[in-house]
Amino acid sequence: MLEVFIFATLNGLVTGFLLFMLASGLTLIFSMMGVLNFAHASFYMLGAYFAYSLSLYFGFWTGLIFAPIIVGVLGAMVERYGLRRVHQSGHVAELVFTFGLAFLIEESIQFFWGRDTKNYQTPELLDFPLFTLLGQEFSAYRGFMMTISVGIFIGLYYVLTKSRVGIIIQAAITHPQTVSNLGHNVPLIFMGVFGMGTALAGLAGVIAGPVLTTFPGMATVLGSIVFVIVVIGGLGSLAGAFIASLLIGLLQSYAIASDVGMPDLLNLLGVSFERGHPLNDLWTMNLPQIAPVLPYLLLVLVLIFRPTGLMGKREE
Amino acid sequence: MALLKNSSIWIAFLVALLGLPLVFDSILAISIMNQIAIAIVFALSYNMLLGQGGMLSFGHAVYFGLGGFLSVHALILIEFETMVFSILWIPLIGGVFGLLAGVFIGSFSTHKAGTVFAMISLGIGELIAASSLIFSSFFGGEAGISGDRTFGPTFFGFDFAQNIEIYYVAAVWAFIATVFMYLFTQTPAGRMANAVRDNPERAEFIGYSSRKVRFISFCASGLFAGIAGGLFALNYEFITEENLNAATSGRVLLMAYIGGLGYFIGPIIGAVVLTLMNSLLSNYSELWMLYLGIMFLLTVMFLPRGFAGFIMMHQLAWVRGNMKMLIKPYIITGIPAVLFAACVIALIEISHTEDEVFHYLGLELNPASPITWLVLLGIAGGAFYAVKRSVLQLNDAWETANAIPKEEEA
Repeated sequence: MLEVFIFATLNGLVTGFLLFMLASGLTLIFSMMGVLNFAHASFYMLGAYFAYSLSLYFGFWTGLIFAPIIVGVLGAMVERYGLRRVHQSGHVAELVFTFGLAFLIEESIQFFWGRDTKNYQTPELLDFPLFTLLGQEFSAYRGFMMTISVGIFIGLYYVLTKSRVGIIIQAAITHPQTVSNLGHNVPLIFMGVFGMGTALAGLAGVIAGPVLTTFPGMATVLGSIVFVIVVIGGLGSLAGAFIASLLIGLLQSYAIASDVGMPDLLNLLGVSFERGHPLNDLWTMNLPQIAPVLPYLLLVLVLIFRPTGLMGKREE
Repeated sequence: MALLKNSSIWIAFLVALLGLPLVFDSILAISIMNQIAIAIVFALSYNMLLGQGGMLSFGHAVYFGLGGFLSVHALILIEFETMVFSILWIPLIGGVFGLLAGVFIGSFSTHKAGTVFAMISLGIGELIAASSLIFSSFFGGEAGISGDRTFGPTFFGFDFAQNIEIYYVAAVWAFIATVFMYLFTQTPAGRMANAVRDNPERAEFIGYSSRKVRFISFCASGLFAGIAGGLFALNYEFITEENLNAATSGRVLLMAYIGGLGYFIGPIIGAVVLTLMNSLLSNYSELWMLYLGIMFLLTVMFLPRGFAGFIMMHQLAWVRGNMKMLIKPYIITGIPAVLFAACVIALIEISHTEDEVFHYLGLELNPASPITWLVLLGIAGGAFYAVKRSVLQLNDAWETANAIPKEEEA
């Protein structure tokens, strides 16, 4: 029982930090432009596919470095030539634009790479168990994923709060006019942040691709979860996104690892229902089964009872 | 009354709906027209939310799907004679359950419009789609559930085994639903929905609860989406989880947006165009979804008000009698634009095809030869340059056609 708990926690943390790499970019972009980028997870998918193609010719490590850069440049172009144009038509148009972009990226990936799952492998260098605990192995690659994501988290925190660039970015979020008057090129900052955010998503794709499988549906699988995180954490709040990422990661991991369900609960209460009842599914469902639903349930509950999210500011 | 004033349009719409099967009577055409009738109701119900109420929903398929599932269950009940009534009323059952779902979900999701509403709709959509796979005795799991529409009392001898019979049922329901949705826009509730969309604060100051106004639109929209779901159930006699998940929600958003949100007729145009593309293009190319994505992005970027908005842009020039000034510039820009699109499509297709020879617009292209590529790229480049140059004169012509005459200015 103990090892199940420990490994569920470790896997939950790995997922949580990975989700934070996506959520941090998304929430930064939101606080700058006021638009939720529906295509964010699509850039994550692009990262995985670019890294896969690069890894075929130059090995995993080249992909790790260059794929996020390509994705970031693509993201910056999308902001410059697409979003900036649509911005004039209002927020709904921007949301719909990113929604269409997500659709287009998924179709393009099927066009260039095909519909099948790609055999994107973990590098041989990391193909060993990092440690064995109570008879279970924890792979070195998962440790590597965790190292990268924690490194990104610390780096991002440092850049945003300590460096000059980060201070200008923070100022541009709240007072774009003033920052512009001080002689900074605010549209360029926006483009840079969008590029950085998508590059982070791309990096998440590169390191997640081998573990979570690289296939055209991978953006859809993760995309809505990342939204859930950003909204639960409070739109525009980096700290909230961090807490919510870990929360969702651990929640899903525990739910999958556990084997309790309604039958146990009913036994505990001393109630029993015969099988074959029309609501049979309700009495027999268990936690691993409903694990995929939990984030959305949490989202709806948070939005009803605390529409600003955990750490969000009050809406005006 | 506004309806009577435009009654000629409505009669034309009804005649078109009922007369189409006389013109196009192939099996394929009937099945496409069935889909169009369903799509029109669904897209119009979506427009009640986004176009008229300003609520961007990413989970509208929930009401469509729930209406559809209940309708199929009703079909099953009719089949086993638990209930006895004509299947003509099935869409109403779908509508009632769409409405109930709307009342329940709308009671907590319409507090705010904007991003919060969009996120709640996304969450609910995902929640219900995922739950439908868990509760497999009701939703039938991945395979879905199926019924049979030929049971129950016949209607003047029709047992609805043929698709054409269902088309008339769908057409009449689509007409009724369209009339009612139009009438809704003319009621005070419909008018206030527009006001709340544009400025909720001012609407509150006049004394309307913006939340209540949104709630009414939301419920009405759920009702009509449910009717569309019921029509879907009648047409296909089965329904799966796919009909209430995010993909269907996305499709209806595409339809309404490409057609044009601000106009009542917009979603109808969008529904017709997208259904036709879906059924006809998919025969010619497996890449039609890619083209759809490109078309959608171009629409959002260059025609933010959709096709209907593009048509209505010409109203001023039309009223002034200046349309003929625009014809020549349109042709000059249009020909290279079409040529450019044709070349790009050819390039995409030949890079994807595995055949030796690719047949395209009566030409035989050889995908392996670099000459094909160079020629296509050359034409595409030339056409693009021509479009860029000729857009300037189109702009000039547009300005003159819409210019305010001197005496009016004074």
